[in-house]
Amino acid sequence: MNAIFKKFAVVAASALMMTSAAHAADITGAGATFPYPIYAKWAEAYKKSTNIGLNYQSIGSSGGIRQIRAKTVTFGGTDAPVSGADLDKDGMVQFPAILGGVVPVINLEGFKPGELKVTGEVLADMFMGNIQKWNDPKIAALNPGKKLPDQAITVVHRADGSGTTFIFTDYLNEVSAAWKEKVGKGAAVKWPAATSVGGKGNEGVAANVGRVKGAIGYVEYAYAKKNNIPHLQLRNLSGKFVDPDDKTFAAAAAGADWFSVPGMGISLVNLKGNDSWPITGASFVLMYKNADDKAASQQALKFFEWSFKNGKEMAVELDYVPLPDALTKAIADKVWTQIAK
Amino acid sequence: MNTQTADSGMRDTRLLQIVRKQRIQDFIFHKLTLSFSLIVLISLVGILISLAVAAWPTFQKFGVGFIWRVEWDIINEEFGAAIAIFGTLASATIAILIAMPLSFGIALFLTETCPTWLRRPLGTAIELLAAVPSIIYGMFGLFIFAPLFAEYGQPALQSTLGQMPLLGPLFGGAMNGIGIMAAGLILAFMILPFIAAVMRDVFEIVPSILRESAYGLGCTTWEVVRHIVLPYTQQGVIGGVMLGLGRALGETMAVTFVIGNSQRISASLFSPGSSIASTLANEFGEAADFHLSTLFALGLLLFLITFVVLACAKILIIRTERAKGLKT
Repeated sequence: MNAIFKKFAVVAASALMMTSAAHAADITGAGATFPYPIYAKWAEAYKKSTNIGLNYQSIGSSGGIRQIRAKTVTFGGTDAPVSGADLDKDGMVQFPAILGGVVPVINLEGFKPGELKVTGEVLADMFMGNIQKWNDPKIAALNPGKKLPDQAITVVHRADGSGTTFIFTDYLNEVSAAWKEKVGKGAAVKWPAATSVGGKGNEGVAANVGRVKGAIGYVEYAYAKKNNIPHLQLRNLSGKFVDPDDKTFAAAAAGADWFSVPGMGISLVNLKGNDSWPITGASFVLMYKNADDKAASQQALKFFEWSFKNGKEMAVELDYVPLPDALTKAIADKVWTQIAK
Repeated sequence: MNTQTADSGMRDTRLLQIVRKQRIQDFIFHKLTLSFSLIVLISLVGILISLAVAAWPTFQKFGVGFIWRVEWDIINEEFGAAIAIFGTLASATIAILIAMPLSFGIALFLTETCPTWLRRPLGTAIELLAAVPSIIYGMFGLFIFAPLFAEYGQPALQSTLGQMPLLGPLFGGAMNGIGIMAAGLILAFMILPFIAAVMRDVFEIVPSILRESAYGLGCTTWEVVRHIVLPYTQQGVIGGVMLGLGRALGETMAVTFVIGNSQRISASLFSPGSSIASTLANEFGEAADFHLSTLFALGLLLFLITFVVLACAKILIIRTERAKGLKT
């Protein structure tokens, strides 16, 4: 009896120790929802090769910033970059981890994906409610020979605060002075169009666009591609009309000068380059230079180092754009070296 | 003799012991149940206080005017609760206006005129409707109800009620299938089983002697309901309706799916709006600093609105009770 009990106690204790050991090694992060699918995929592969897990909670960018400030996680994720001044104040560094694109999607009978062309100004006018019909002369002028219906435009936007909205409004802010003055950019804005409807999440926007005839909305590229929702062609800064795909996203990232802004918090929208898709954005990681738990910080860095090196195909599979090699090397040399060991 | 007294004395002490033991048991039981019920009170007060503390910066900046300010601009940090309060009250009112007569009819049918073999399955079906999770109502509302409503319901309403002089503007505007009206309709479906179930239960407690006497006097079914059943069950009916209203005011997920989530007040019930609960559900994830405080303020207002509604219901019930007491 006693022996059995002893044996049981030993097993229980060792099981307890094992689980606690596994927990201690887990990397913790919280924040942006936009990169969550790829972080999860990287984490799964990383766990297989190193037996160290990642516990990333996709609670939203503001939540991620709150959590890292409260020091409850080792790294925070945010789609809207934190300013250099704020980073210095908190003693944090910031680097991009993954790139992706946002695409305007439509529900217009007779138009296939990419068949309709617009410029940034026209897109902003549509979302502001200044252009209210699909056969508006401004749209018609960009699409000669196309028969546009006399249909009202219904604007569909994200109802929840979201990094996708941040990237999209960042673009409209950049291309339209009127938008900049009246609306601005943010994870959630005051949508000016009288017909605008909010959907929850990418799926909510997609559902509303799919349902309402004459609707226009915006979703993450992966979502539009997977569900085959017709998108618009956009004119980029170089005057070319482009379709969204991994090549045009990568072209946009190639034209970026990452270290022009402290904290690498540059905007990737409306960048130069013949092939660049104008609504591209990055998702950033926030970490302390002098974390209380330095070993945990190093663990997190190892995870990102491994993922940058081995996770490119996984990113492409999920319709994200991995960071170019030159950039990941620059991040390792210039940013990661600031984090104390 | 001697042994007898000793015996009874022993019995007395034993009895005393038992009594004492039971007294202690009672005492502990009393304190234990008291502490259980205190937990409810403490958490209620705790929630209220923590909401008020978190909402303080908002009221400090906008004052009481926050309640009737029509503005929701996150970027410029200009906030007001009027849009969300309007959406909450409008959708709940529509829901009650539709659900009350419907559930009254259901309860009436089930208790008065329904054939006995149908009573059970129908009653169970209504109870099952109450058990459907709200997210299911939301999905049903967005993907199935809204398209049908846009295709058939809204044009029908617009061409009939929409043509009337005063009601016209309520049914104007674009017909997307989602908006305040759609939210109200979905809410009506959600609270209908609650109200109907309560009404059925209270209709059933009417003593059959009253009912049978009325029928014996030659009353029609409607007369029995109007003059016997309803007066007898007044409070229960009001209670059921208020229960439904309370649920309609705080419902989050289903409303978020179909209300359209735009921060605007419009004359038309077809246009999208937002309720307090839907605004909270949508914006908590990305809210920071001051924005977060305004969301807490909205939560506090919802708390107060629900509290006022329930208090009104209670007062109403007490009044009718008193009036009845005077009459008899």
